[in-house]
Amino acid sequence: MAQVVMKELNKKYDEVHAVKDVNLHIRDKEFVVLVGPSGCGKSTTLRMVAGLEEITGGEIVIGDRVVNDLPPKDRDIAMVFQNYALYPHMTVYDNMAFGLKMRKFPKTEIEKRVQDAADILGIRELLKRKPRQLSGGQRQRVAVGRAIVRHPQVFLFDEPLSNLDAKLRVQMRVELKRLHDRLETTAIYVTHDQVEAMTLGDRVVVMKDGWIQQVGEPLELYGKPANKFVAGFIGSPAMNFAEATVSEEGGSVIVTNPGMRIAVAPARAERLRAYKGQTVTLGIRPEDLHIAAGDGRTGIDAVVEVVEPLGSEILLDVKVGSHVMVARVEPTVRAKVHEKIRLNVEPDRLHFFDAKTEAAI
Amino acid sequence: MTSRRALVADVAVLVFLALYAVPFLWQVLTSFKPEAELLRVPPLWPTTLTLSHYEVVFTQSAMPRALLNSLGVGVLTTALACALGVPAAFALATLRVPAAGPLMLGVVASTAFPQIATVSPLYLVMRALGLRDTWAALVLADASFALPFVIWLMTRFMREIPRELSEAAALDGAGRWRTLLSVHLPLTAPGLASVALLTFLFAWNEFLFAFTFTATEASRTVPVALALFPGVFEVPWGDIAAASILASIPPVLIVVGLQRWLVRGLLAGALTE
Repeated sequence: MAQVVMKELNKKYDEVHAVKDVNLHIRDKEFVVLVGPSGCGKSTTLRMVAGLEEITGGEIVIGDRVVNDLPPKDRDIAMVFQNYALYPHMTVYDNMAFGLKMRKFPKTEIEKRVQDAADILGIRELLKRKPRQLSGGQRQRVAVGRAIVRHPQVFLFDEPLSNLDAKLRVQMRVELKRLHDRLETTAIYVTHDQVEAMTLGDRVVVMKDGWIQQVGEPLELYGKPANKFVAGFIGSPAMNFAEATVSEEGGSVIVTNPGMRIAVAPARAERLRAYKGQTVTLGIRPEDLHIAAGDGRTGIDAVVEVVEPLGSEILLDVKVGSHVMVARVEPTVRAKVHEKIRLNVEPDRLHFFDAKTEAAI
Repeated sequence: MTSRRALVADVAVLVFLALYAVPFLWQVLTSFKPEAELLRVPPLWPTTLTLSHYEVVFTQSAMPRALLNSLGVGVLTTALACALGVPAAFALATLRVPAAGPLMLGVVASTAFPQIATVSPLYLVMRALGLRDTWAALVLADASFALPFVIWLMTRFMREIPRELSEAAALDGAGRWRTLLSVHLPLTAPGLASVALLTFLFAWNEFLFAFTFTATEASRTVPVALALFPGVFEVPWGDIAAASILASIPPVLIVVGLQRWLVRGLLAGALTE
């Protein structure tokens, strides 16, 4: 059981500055997910915690120890790799026992720990098999088993589910979450899949270009993204963005754009006033767009381009001025392609971003 | 149609193999022919078979000692070249070795070095070290020639092992030697078997060093002993044939023994699971 602290963590390769001034305090027993597009530095950060990459600058603390110069084996961590990295020539049992043998555990203790892990993961009947005789999901379990027999302070997961098919991935995701509840061990999990990040993480760290963009609980990231990148990255379908001009009419702040005229909630208006006469980026989640009755003074004029009936909901791809937006509407809505519709949005569900810095306003 | 074509191909292959085998079979036949029929063509088939040539080779020639020398030099050369080459290959394949590219190029280039270019200086070195006419001279010379080849091939085999396996072993608490012994060596064992066999065969067949660095029966290997068989006044074809057959038995036995491993070596690509 241990906390993991990263202070001003940096990684520079010859040409690339892969990780930039990362500060992160992962609490004991917390499940933290690093998420971001490929090349954002999330895997490099994880590998520095593991000791597989040297640290260019900064400090990593596991428990109470600075581990910068400790080799991986002395950091009391275990890692699950994307391609599982099982030893192909060893049986499942030996794969799981290898780390304990290296640490000179007594044979009976090894036996007990491997059996316990095998029971937890439901792979008891596979112990005598070789990795090549296992399915993808079974290999995944063995890889997790190899990590948990060690009873490490911290689990590190490097995209462990990305080699599984979609159905199995959802199943393993649930199992990993259950496992974490049971083992109560600090875990750092890297993925590029925002759904995985949201469902697994106690907190989620969004990274891009080596920088941390935002750290927060899943719903916090969703509801209050710190910038346009986080807003667009978290959530599926992604948030709709449109350029809009800020103006003031009779005391209330209005944002307009060809085909769109929206009044801003009073609570948000204060900060937007500073942008009067300027262009800002407006962000609207697909589920915040509703089909509006009648034609009020505010709203969005849209033309339906594509209808995607998903059963529990319908996704409408609509054209608003020059922008394409997605609206997630009730399955009872009957919209036809090329139909002109009017959409409305709750004023307090709008997001605004500075057009230049992309930071949330 | 394809089965008929395959049949034709099979027959063609068999014919070629038979043609290849003719000189060897002729040698086998010669080794059992009585002295009087050796140089006459009719009869093609010997009237009687005799073991007298083998008896001569075993009792009156240097062959038994030469076989021992060859076996010793071959085994020690293979052991030395693999003991040095495998760790080198492991380092080149898995560690951040400075200038690994040029180093590898040098290794590959030195496999192309002709033996004859080094034989004179090596002779002077061996004489200076007092190693003339010893196994050590042959083992050192042969191993130095086999080493680049071992490093080159083993590096290629080891590079096929995913990096994550080394990393997993590092996290599991294995040091570099332990990783080499417990992960890389078992996974490249079929490849290593092939490399070791080829090294052994090279040492077994090697003639130039063996001829130059040896002086007496103490270290003469089989190829040298065979070359020295012809007497001053006559060529004992029957005895030479018997000695040649004896010389081919150990390598054949080794290949047959390692067959299972060698076949797996050819399938070494199936590692990335």
